[in-house]
Amino acid sequence: MPAVRTLCANQTILVIEDDPGHAELIIRGLSNVARAETIRHLSDGEKAIRFLFPDQPSPVEGQLPIGLILLDLRLPRVDGLEVLKRIKQNPAYRLIPVVILSTSADHNDIHSAYENFANSYLVKPTDFDQFNAMLSDVHNYWMDWNQRAIN
Amino acid sequence: MSTKKNPGEIMKVLLVEDDPGHAELIQRGLSRHKIRTWVKHVKDGEEALDYLLRRKHFADDPAVLRPDIILLDLRLPKVDGLEVLKQIKTTNDLKTIPIVILTTSESDQDIARAYHHRANNYLVKPIHFDKFNELLDDLGFYCNWIGNITKNDQNEQP
Repeated sequence: MPAVRTLCANQTILVIEDDPGHAELIIRGLSNVARAETIRHLSDGEKAIRFLFPDQPSPVEGQLPIGLILLDLRLPRVDGLEVLKRIKQNPAYRLIPVVILSTSADHNDIHSAYENFANSYLVKPTDFDQFNAMLSDVHNYWMDWNQRAIN
Repeated sequence: MSTKKNPGEIMKVLLVEDDPGHAELIQRGLSRHKIRTWVKHVKDGEEALDYLLRRKHFADDPAVLRPDIILLDLRLPKVDGLEVLKQIKTTNDLKTIPIVILTTSESDQDIARAYHHRANNYLVKPIHFDKFNELLDDLGFYCNWIGNITKNDQNEQP
């Protein structure tokens, strides 16, 4: 019987991804394995910042706690690394797992991500089936096995 | 861009675990992974820090290698896991190493504190043997897929 904190209902998975094809793949891939989480997609860094750090606080109802953030590095407007920094420096979000999902396998990118406390760094497979397999594994690992902090 | 590991590549694991039964189970589990692993096992927090910081008997030991990943129990003798975590994550050369907390504690406080101090993951050791092995198999996912991580010396071989 999974512990309360690993149950997926009442959690949001945030997907911050600018490539529409990848976004669709990710959302579908997660939806196939998700149980009851809400998947929320934001298509650039600025939207992500506005969502996470609104000028006016949104009403509490309708805002599910974020259980996982999948974050691309190459984002328009505000890049992924900046988004990562802001998340990980903020007490409200610091404890949330952030998994970088990027086309880049560049060591500098990987290093910067871990330096700014990304929880994990995954390089997007180019092969469709591999990509889907990875998403299934991501869900299994991060939403089931990995314990999350309760806010 | 392939995410498969270079077949010549070996993932270096530092296992910080004081329970000998768990240590054995974990090492066996790691040996089943697709990716080859080289495991350095230490039994307490002090030894973990000595190894990572190349102190005491590790100072001139050529066999000391910077791990690619650290599996860290929280309840450890001498120096506890949280302290080890804190030190690693505030040390420039070491802070980018992914740390997987692998512990018996399910306490909310332990979990929150671990993440606060920049643990990358937090896994609770299942009580049942089969479930524990299942976890270790799935930990292979984490090890297989994680983009490798800073290698200070790409030519390092155990």
